[in-house]
Amino acid sequence: MALLSYLISGLGLGSVYAIIALGYTMVYGIAKMLNFAHGDVIMIGAYAAFFAMTRFGLPVLLSVLLSMVVCTVLGVVIERLAYKPLRQASNLSVLITAIGVSYLLQNGAQLLWSSSTKVFPSILAGGSLQLFGGKLSVSWLSILTILVCIAVMVCLTLFVNKTLTGKAMRACAEDKGAALLMGINVDRIISITFAIGSGLAAIAAVLFCAAYPSVYPTLGSMPGIKAFTAAVFGGIGSIPGAFLGGLLLGIIETLAKAYISTQLADAIVFAVLIIVLLIKPSGLLGRKISEKV
Amino acid sequence: MLKIENLVVRYGMIEAIKGISFEVNDGEIVTLIGANGAGKTTTMHAISGLVKPAAGSIMLDGTDLMKIPAHKIVSAGLAQVPERRRVFAQETVEENLQLGAYTRKDKAGIAEDMERVFESFPRLRERRTQLAGTLSGGEQQMLAMGRALMAKPKILLMDEPSMGLSPLLVREIFHIIEDINRQGTTILLVEQNAKMALAVADRAYVLETGKITLEGTGSELANDPRVQAAYLGG
Repeated sequence: MALLSYLISGLGLGSVYAIIALGYTMVYGIAKMLNFAHGDVIMIGAYAAFFAMTRFGLPVLLSVLLSMVVCTVLGVVIERLAYKPLRQASNLSVLITAIGVSYLLQNGAQLLWSSSTKVFPSILAGGSLQLFGGKLSVSWLSILTILVCIAVMVCLTLFVNKTLTGKAMRACAEDKGAALLMGINVDRIISITFAIGSGLAAIAAVLFCAAYPSVYPTLGSMPGIKAFTAAVFGGIGSIPGAFLGGLLLGIIETLAKAYISTQLADAIVFAVLIIVLLIKPSGLLGRKISEKV
Repeated sequence: MLKIENLVVRYGMIEAIKGISFEVNDGEIVTLIGANGAGKTTTMHAISGLVKPAAGSIMLDGTDLMKIPAHKIVSAGLAQVPERRRVFAQETVEENLQLGAYTRKDKAGIAEDMERVFESFPRLRERRTQLAGTLSGGEQQMLAMGRALMAKPKILLMDEPSMGLSPLLVREIFHIIEDINRQGTTILLVEQNAKMALAVADRAYVLETGKITLEGTGSELANDPRVQAAYLGG
C-alpha cells in the first residue's frame, strides 16, 4: 500500500513536471531553441496567482486564469523582444539570451517583491481520500494535479492533431521554409507556441505552489530544470514524450526519496536521465536530433 | 502575369543572381533551364520570398511581391512546388493537402479542389490517411503538386519536378504539368531535364551563372545548336 501511495504522489509531482516540460518541448520543436527563461515564467505565474488571491482576494479559479493571462502575455513579449530579433543568429546567441532573460526576470522579481519568501495560500480544503478502509490515503491535491494534467494532455493533443493551426504548427516544426510556401505566417505560429507554453506554465505554477507553498524569485529554477530534464528524457520536441518524461521523472524522484535517500533523490533522477540518454540519445519517444546547444 | 526585372540576389559576398529580367504571360508554360548552380532555385526562392533579393522587382499582376511579407505571396496567387518536394513527412496526405489550402477560407471550394486533386492523382486518394514520409518519390512529387494546387494559384512555380524519378514517372509528371496548364494555371518551370522542359514550354530562358544568356520559344531553343551542345547532350 505504501508503494501505491508513493506512486500516486509521484504521478502528482510528475504531472506538474509534464505540464512544464510541454512548454520546453513545444518551443524547442518549433523555434529550435531551449527557452531557459521558461522556469522563471513559472515564478512570475506563481507571484501573479499569489497576489490575485491574497491582495485582490480573487477566487482560486479566477486567480489561475489571471495568472495564465499574465504568463501568456509575458511569454509572447519575451519572444518578440528577446528571441525574434535573433531568428538568424547562432544557437549559442539565442541560448545566452535566454539565460539573460532568466536572470532579468529573477532580479526583476527580487527588486519588485523582495527576496523574502511569501506563503502561497492553499487552493484546496486539504485532507485526503481514504481508500481500502484507510490503508491508502491519497491527497486531493495529487488527484486534482493528475486530472489537470490529463485534461491538458487531451486538449493539447486534439489541438495539435485536429485544428488547422495545430497542423500548421507541426508543419513549422518540420520545415519552416515549406510552411512559408503554404502561406503560413511562421512568426505568428511561433508566438502561438510561446503563448501556449507560457499559459501552461501558469497552471503548473499554481499546482506546484499548492504542493510547495513558498513563493520567491528563484522559485522556478528547480522545477524548470527538472521539467527540462523530463522533456529531454521523453525526447525533446515530442509532446507525448514530455508527458511520459514528466510522469516518469516524478515517480522516480518520489520513489528515490521514499526508499533511498531524500538528499540523493535529485542525483538519482539525473543519473537515470544519463543512463537513458546513453542507451537512447534522442530520449524515450524522440526522433533523431541533429541540433546543437 | 509575372514580370521579373533586374533581379539581384546575393549570399554574403557572392552574387548568385546578377540582374535577370524575364516574364511569364497568362496561360503560358515558361521554363528556366540551366546547369547545377546556375541560380535556378535561387530565382524561385526569391519569387516565393524565401530569400530576400538585393535589388530588382517581382511583379505579379500589379502586386510587388518584394513589398509584401512572404506568407502573403500565396494569397496573391502564387504557389510553389519546391525542389526535393518538401512534403510534411510527419503529416498525412490529407493534412498536407489541407495545409496547401491554408490561406483559403472557402470550405466548400477546398473540399471540391481536394476531390479534383484526388481525381488527378488517384494514388493519393488511396494513401489519404498515410503519412507523407511513407510515400514513394513519385507519389511525394504528386502530393507536392497537389498541395500547391490546393492554394488555387494563378501561377504555379515548379522546381525540378522530375528530380530523382524514373523515366516513366518523369513522362507522367510532364503530362500532368501540361494538364494543369490546360486547365488554366500559368506555369513557371525550372528543370535540369532540358529536353522534357523545352518540349512542353511555350517559351524558355537559359540561365548561366546568374545571368540569362538565351531566350526564345521552346522549339527555337530546342533547335539552337548552343543549347543542344550544352544541355541536350549534343
